[in-house]
Amino acid sequence: MELQLGVTNTPPPFWRRLDSKWLVIGGATAIVAVLALVPLCFLLWQSFMTPQGADTPSVFTLSNYKVAFGTADSWSAFANSVEFAIGAALASFLIGTSLAWINERTNTPLRGLFSVVTVVPLINPAILFTISWILLASPKIGVLNIALQSLFGLSHPVFNIYSMGGMIWIDGLQYSPMAFLLMSAAFRGMDPSLEESSIMSGAGLLKTTFRITLRLALPAIVSTILILFVRAVESFEVPALIGLPVKIQVMTSSIYEALQMYPSQTGLASAYSTVLLLITSVGIYIQSRLINAGGRYTTVTGKAFRSRVVDLGPWRYVTASLFVLYALLVVILPLLVLLWSSFQKFYAAPSMAALQHLTLDSYRYIFSYPEIKEAIGNSLILAFSCATCVMLLSAVICWIVVKTKIRGRWLLDNVASLPMVFPGLVLGLAVMIFFLNVNIGIYGTLWILVIAYITRFMPYGMRYTTTSMIQVSKELEESAEMCGSSWARTFYSIVLPLLKPGLISGWIYVFIVSIRELSASILLYSPGSETISVVVWELWQNGQYVELSALSVVFVIGLLALVSIAQWVGSKFGVKSV
Amino acid sequence: MLNIQSLNTVYVDRHGAKVAGIENVSFEVPEGKLFTLLGPSGCGKSTTLRSIAGLEKPDGGRITANGVTVFSASDRIFVPPNKRQFGMVFQSYAIWPHMSVFRNCSFPLDVGSKKLTKRQIEDKVMRALSAVGLDHVADRDATRMSGGQQQRLALARAIVMEPKLLLLDEPLSNLDAKLRDKMRFELKRLQRELNVTTIYVTHDQEEALAMSYEIAIMKDGHVVQKARPREIYEQPANRFVADFIGTTSFVEGLVQDHDGDGIVVDSSIGKLQVANGYGVRSGAKVVVSLRPENLAVSESEPDVAHGNVFEGTVYSKVFLGETLDFEIKVGDQILLARVHPSHRAPVGSKIWFTVDPTRCIALNQH
Repeated sequence: MELQLGVTNTPPPFWRRLDSKWLVIGGATAIVAVLALVPLCFLLWQSFMTPQGADTPSVFTLSNYKVAFGTADSWSAFANSVEFAIGAALASFLIGTSLAWINERTNTPLRGLFSVVTVVPLINPAILFTISWILLASPKIGVLNIALQSLFGLSHPVFNIYSMGGMIWIDGLQYSPMAFLLMSAAFRGMDPSLEESSIMSGAGLLKTTFRITLRLALPAIVSTILILFVRAVESFEVPALIGLPVKIQVMTSSIYEALQMYPSQTGLASAYSTVLLLITSVGIYIQSRLINAGGRYTTVTGKAFRSRVVDLGPWRYVTASLFVLYALLVVILPLLVLLWSSFQKFYAAPSMAALQHLTLDSYRYIFSYPEIKEAIGNSLILAFSCATCVMLLSAVICWIVVKTKIRGRWLLDNVASLPMVFPGLVLGLAVMIFFLNVNIGIYGTLWILVIAYITRFMPYGMRYTTTSMIQVSKELEESAEMCGSSWARTFYSIVLPLLKPGLISGWIYVFIVSIRELSASILLYSPGSETISVVVWELWQNGQYVELSALSVVFVIGLLALVSIAQWVGSKFGVKSV
Repeated sequence: MLNIQSLNTVYVDRHGAKVAGIENVSFEVPEGKLFTLLGPSGCGKSTTLRSIAGLEKPDGGRITANGVTVFSASDRIFVPPNKRQFGMVFQSYAIWPHMSVFRNCSFPLDVGSKKLTKRQIEDKVMRALSAVGLDHVADRDATRMSGGQQQRLALARAIVMEPKLLLLDEPLSNLDAKLRDKMRFELKRLQRELNVTTIYVTHDQEEALAMSYEIAIMKDGHVVQKARPREIYEQPANRFVADFIGTTSFVEGLVQDHDGDGIVVDSSIGKLQVANGYGVRSGAKVVVSLRPENLAVSESEPDVAHGNVFEGTVYSKVFLGETLDFEIKVGDQILLARVHPSHRAPVGSKIWFTVDPTRCIALNQH
């Protein structure tokens, strides 16, 4: 075979070199930049403007910031936010870490069930969890209170969920699975020989734990607490449902309240949002630096090893029962109370009398009410489009960031991950301001929600794609080149199939979190474009507890089905996929 | 068949300073021969190979294959790697995990510009797989293969498109020692059978000596010596090559006398007769390389004509099964000698050795 090469001795003209690769790259970059940066700019701009009245135009002002930093109300909201966030972070951390330690490091029975814990946050949207705990521990109608009062003949309710303590309790429980996951990974990654050499040197279990184990885990500990703190400070559902009725204001509820005033104080809300953004940005920045600096503490060497397991003796039944208690508080009780309430005609605490009046009326209600059917449709459409767009965009962005040597790609990476510092409520506000001022007619439609969702969940998609992309070695692409394949063919035949597991997992994850989303949607929805979460919110505001419970039960079952499908699909697609 | 002229690549490091990758690399490879680029890490051998492949673009020079220029800096010619039709085996094999053995091997034919029928593709693929002994696992998942099998699959994939040039980037370095020895023979046999011009990159000098028609030793981006294996071993150009290839002891000294072609060196172990003086002047500093297998060791003073007789003490012994390595201390110098394992001289005892002047190699200092 002759070496035949169809080449000339002159380089091809410029336009011939501009192939599809550059169009795709340019387009994706432009979309991401617009989505992430533009709302931020509008938010900042709006914070310096007075509200637009019927006949008074908006003018530049610093009064929004004066109120934000000057009034006692603002400072108390700020103090409450910090108190709430620190309390919730510590609560989640302590609960999650204890569970992680019990699971990874002891011989407690029932450990296999611990993995179920990680699924819980996916099927338990914040609004449902919060509502179910109100139904359990509210002073007037709380099931637990009523049960304890009748059992022990007390005159006052034992629990009051409408308090700072109650808020911390709910948020702490809500995010404990996240702490569990993060600290489990840290415990699993520890080389047991580091602890064993401490024991061989004469130190006992306690000394070893405090001097060696916890010191080694310090970056993971600080990083986890930081993440939990940022999540709690951004939290919307808990402060709105529990804090507002008893006038415990935090920053997110201040933003919401500012918008509910007439005329709508968007400037003030923007000022509050900017402050909140600063807090979350600093938190996330410190946390990401910790992760990078943690290289010094990295204990995973790549060689597989089994961690040391502590024999607790008879105490292991105590720890097992702790786990059962946890499952009760986080999964079983909330679901039971919702289930119970959904079978009632009018909300009532459990009693023998109430048992005789079980009915399916509320289910009939939600299945026949057209607004709810529309909401379910909207949620599905939103989740589907959002997941698909996010995964496609992040595939291209990740390829640019990981595989090319284009200058400034680090900037693209940061811009695409920028929405991570936005609390959902703030993002909703920013998008709302943008589309109110740039009137292309999508305000009030489903489109505005699509755009907000894509912006919000892009960083999540990026995380899945980046991990997968890094694992595709450059040599796999280069050998395809040597075999004669063009860039497009290589991307399609080699890169995409190898990314498939990551892309699919990412798609499913983004689909699930989109369906449960509330805090961004709450400012952007309008009649006709509600989502399931929004309908739950509305039903709660109307006091329709039983119908709300029926919808919640259906919602949770639906999420459970989705997560099971996700796990099945995930196991089918491993790495072998053509 | 392959002609490389004056390849230059300059890398710019983090601080903007220029670091030369390869400099003025030139060589020619005749049709059907296996040419090796040998050297320590960072010497530029992989850069050179990747430049030939087209995965890297040099800053200067010219690459011509079979009369066609695939790269020329001055004429601004650069044929992209997927158009050069060179087969390449990567160090990590780069087997695609999501395809079967057959699909991995057929990929070059699937994407090639020549349209072949399904029958033709199957034919060629099965032939390539039989040549490497993998035809019985054609339908197996590519991930379920051992390292040696993956390496053979990578080879099959490289030869299935019947390339005129085969590029091998340290293909045996990820295999265990026994498998490496076996694959050396297989590779050489296959290369001879196919008569395909091959460029082989390795840091293992044993491999290079065993397999090559010609070797180019590289250091710091330059080609230090380019010769047939025996010539490189017996007549290294300088100290670096003598040290890198095989084992040797170095003896330094001054050239005292000339004796026809030979020289007498006043060295740290005494007067050393060296048969080939390579034109070094009297009074010049010189380094003499003595290969351990050329030191004849005896427990009593030997009687030889040439006069290269030296006395020392046994400093240490290492028993290797097939040989015995002696470290012999002469004054302050320690020399390595490789002797038959039957020698019983204990450590610390007196020992004599002789070395034939024709087996002493006088070298330039560097």
